[in-house]
Amino acid sequence: MKTVEEIKAAIEAAVPGAGVEIVLNPSVSGQHSLRLDREHAVDVAKLLRDELSLDFLSNVTGVDWPDKEVTEKVKVTRPVTKTVDGVQTTVEETVEETAKRVVPGCLETVYHLYSVALKEGPVVLRMRTVNRTDQVDLPSLTPIWRSAEFQEREIFDLFGIVFKGHPDLRRLLMWDEFKDHPMRRDYVEPDDFEYEPTAHDDVLARALAHKNGQQGIGNREQRPGTA
Amino acid sequence: MSVTETKVERPEGWNRPAVVEPEGDAELLEVAMGPHHPSTHGVFRMDVSLDGERVIRLKPVFGYLHRNHEKLGEGMSYLGSMPFTDRLDYICPLTNNWAYALAVEKLTGQAVPERAEYLRVILGELTRIQNHASSIGFLIQEMGASGTPLMYAFREREKILDLFEALTGARMMVNYMRFGGCRVDATESWLTATRKVVDGLPGFTEEMERLLTSNEILQARTQGVGILRPELAINAGVTGPMLRASGVNYDIRKVDGYGIYNRFKFRVPLGDHWDVYDRFMIRMLEMRESIKIVDQALKDIPGGPVMDPKAKLRGFRPKPGEAYGRIEAPKGELGFYLISDGGPNPYRYRIRPPSLINLTILEDMCVGQNVADVVLIFGSVDIVLGEVDR
Repeated sequence: MKTVEEIKAAIEAAVPGAGVEIVLNPSVSGQHSLRLDREHAVDVAKLLRDELSLDFLSNVTGVDWPDKEVTEKVKVTRPVTKTVDGVQTTVEETVEETAKRVVPGCLETVYHLYSVALKEGPVVLRMRTVNRTDQVDLPSLTPIWRSAEFQEREIFDLFGIVFKGHPDLRRLLMWDEFKDHPMRRDYVEPDDFEYEPTAHDDVLARALAHKNGQQGIGNREQRPGTA
Repeated sequence: MSVTETKVERPEGWNRPAVVEPEGDAELLEVAMGPHHPSTHGVFRMDVSLDGERVIRLKPVFGYLHRNHEKLGEGMSYLGSMPFTDRLDYICPLTNNWAYALAVEKLTGQAVPERAEYLRVILGELTRIQNHASSIGFLIQEMGASGTPLMYAFREREKILDLFEALTGARMMVNYMRFGGCRVDATESWLTATRKVVDGLPGFTEEMERLLTSNEILQARTQGVGILRPELAINAGVTGPMLRASGVNYDIRKVDGYGIYNRFKFRVPLGDHWDVYDRFMIRMLEMRESIKIVDQALKDIPGGPVMDPKAKLRGFRPKPGEAYGRIEAPKGELGFYLISDGGPNPYRYRIRPPSLINLTILEDMCVGQNVADVVLIFGSVDIVLGEVDR
């Protein structure tokens, strides 16, 4: 089986300008992965399928990496005013300070590829979105491997990644009217799990208003003073 | 198989969903099959557009049983998810346990003792036998043979479930495997009882074959129905008996040789006509191969511990990293993908459900067929909704 370095070299030779980055996996499983850039991902996928015989896309999944606040110690050099022997002088001094830095988060997809023809694998591909809020689109690999069809729909549903080029991008598991993306790490569960907007919502709202004595019943305009 | 050896012709859009046009200006009839249709194996809906009896369009609708199993897994310890895996494919809880244990063992490099490996193989293959038996039973049931073959299958399944109960304490929710072995050891008397059940199984497959394979109605209803081309099957990620019925020689027990599968002699049956009858027949033949494997495993099972004494159960925190582990579950490739950040809970816990992904090409197999055959094609995929919706 080809190593990730060999695959990276093959990609860079065949698809000019493709940015491929090796992501090392520190665990004993030794499944290192390749991070593709968004612009060339479809071309690279086509190459992997047709030339490197990775004909079987087994698993597609998303991972959420929220914004992370990192606290680190930084050495800062700054002028400090000091009184030495009754004379005020300004001295350059290096101080250690704790600084906070926000590492911007992203959404990531992970693709596990195998080869049925050569009976080997897995080759792991990854892609990252720009951020987690407004630029959450990634190219869809469904035109290359059909098995991504439902799995990318599931990621769209649960993580909110928008796959450009997907033939039928709809929610898969949650209902269509559902608003949030439950697999995100900052997802907050609603108070009412069963809430689902229905055509009867305004009827129920009117009934409640009637019960509270605010307004008369029925759909028609009420005459003033008849509540 | 020619497809995996030679280069495949790939005209533009060859793997896109199949499209069938209605004849003339026929008015289409929209039918929602399910979620309470008796053939849907649970709560599952197919929105079907019909031109007369011919299927023009079919869209599966999921999510009626969705409970976000993956989110639950992120909120509890690694071991805490083990009982929940039983509830995925509730027909085959032991293979679910095995897949999850295998993924975690890949992540940590945990070794498994010999005896536990043999027990896993015995239990995994018994699971396969009872899954295939009941799936054949359901398929025939959906064809209209009310009860008899299904009850034959369930009679045998009950014997196997009794063995599971004797060993693990539960018929279905077994919670049996651990990272680095199995929870309890099998006694000598359990192995004798298993021997006895396995000795009776060839008679059962013989009986099922005599009862079904040459049945005229079965042949008329299934042969040439729901054809799935091998190159599309590979491209759509179809696995398990479905893939092999399409003639692709791909069995993860042979390819990965996980556990100790490379020690056993067994063959991989392949289909020739890629239709529903082939899928039925592959399951029939795979039961025989599984009986052979259990036979060999029962002969060779060594003594010793069933749990690695060094395995850590309390305070289990794998080092940061990730792993994807997969096994050949009775329904196809069942995989678990885990990312560890060094904490007691997995950072990401993903299940690759064979049932869901095998349904990707349901529409392709059904369009152009009669609506009555949809039930059969769907039955031949062999799904469990607990796993599809998770």
